[in-house]
Amino acid sequence: MSVKIILFGKLADIAGGSVSVDNVADTDSLINVLHKDHPEFTKTKYLIAVDKQVIKENTVLNKKSTVALLPPFSGG
Amino acid sequence: MSDQNLYERYHRQIILPEFGEEGQRKLLKAKVLVIGAGGLGCPALQYLVAAGIGTIGIVDDDTVALNNLHRQVLYSVNDIGSSKAERAAKILQGLNPEIEIIAYDERLNNQNAVILFDEYDIVIDGTDNFSTRYMINDACVLLNKPLVYGAISQFEGQVSVFRNKNEEDVNYRDIFPDPPKDGEVLNCAEAGVMGVLPGIIGTMMANETIKLITGIGEPLIDQLFTYNALNNQVYQLILSSRKETRSLIPKDEKEFLKIDYEWLCAAPVQQNEIDSNTFNSLILNGNIDVIDVRELHEVPSVNEFNHIRIPLAQLADNSSSIKSENVIAFCQSGKRSLQAAKILSGIFGDTKKVYSLRGGIVQWKQDRTKQPV
Repeated sequence: MSVKIILFGKLADIAGGSVSVDNVADTDSLINVLHKDHPEFTKTKYLIAVDKQVIKENTVLNKKSTVALLPPFSGG
Repeated sequence: MSDQNLYERYHRQIILPEFGEEGQRKLLKAKVLVIGAGGLGCPALQYLVAAGIGTIGIVDDDTVALNNLHRQVLYSVNDIGSSKAERAAKILQGLNPEIEIIAYDERLNNQNAVILFDEYDIVIDGTDNFSTRYMINDACVLLNKPLVYGAISQFEGQVSVFRNKNEEDVNYRDIFPDPPKDGEVLNCAEAGVMGVLPGIIGTMMANETIKLITGIGEPLIDQLFTYNALNNQVYQLILSSRKETRSLIPKDEKEFLKIDYEWLCAAPVQQNEIDSNTFNSLILNGNIDVIDVRELHEVPSVNEFNHIRIPLAQLADNSSSIKSENVIAFCQSGKRSLQAAKILSGIFGDTKKVYSLRGGIVQWKQDRTKQPV
């Protein structure tokens, strides 16, 4: 099972645009895999949204899930 | 001004059925405070002034610089060095002399935030740093002021509206509870920004403000709108409030006044930071390696002194090329070079003296133009 992942800002730069992660049951396991593949991810804060809904705790993923990771921006 | 004139100026929006004379009256009665007259603030201000917001306050302690002009198109070369708040107010008054525009040529802090916010109906955050953004958010929650939020980085922008009417309403801390530390997120001066981007995002902020005041349409309440100028991707996230957020916001005005927002976002003070003068004398002393830790494509290029280029990410692997007893790292603004100094101090311990140039090469070049070398 592979979920769609959308990265914003610095996270997209770190990952070189897009990432794909297979066989993850929930957001916690997805984040674990991403942190292992891209250790730089651990150095920045970001929000996690599943199907556009910003989540507060571990959330079950299905094969149609889209996960978005978005860091804060300060520029003005 | 006569009603006939008013009618003519705003005719094209008054004839919108949803808007009408009622909408125009609401705008003319409204008081909006715009914080930051930069990339986001300028376009937001231009449309708010044109639309006929009755009273507009502009807070900014910065002056116009040449490198602002690619995105802050309200200003011209003649404005360089002048107060942004005062110049913006003057220029915008020419666009619409019928409304009141007040310039506050000062930096927003806990004290003046409380006083200023009290006098306005809506606050617009067009600032460029996290400490001010968190301060604005907390003050708006405390004072129940609607906040129109926008932020940009490189090619991407975010917009949201925080209603702040009651405790359950979403605010910025529901999205990002704690401020990132200095250097964790690059600002426009370090990461760069596409000039058109703040024009788009700032204009959207003006649009959200007008919708809030007139009550038309669906403002971005409980939503975070994101836009990517490179691929035109738009993504709209749905936000919800968290119980824990309330504990992060000061309980009352007294507690708010005590918070040091600069400190919340600041990197710990480093002993090994040096200013441009010390930098220059250390170079003259010799026995020194100067390292540019910026990425290889970054400008301005440096040809005023000898140095080597090792981007921050490759520094640890290439530390063996550093031979001298003294090492100075520099970058664009002095943030990454602090990280570099930390890495190098870890590697070399007491065998070398490691410094970081405060304010980066941008500050050094500015200092250099001020005094003959």
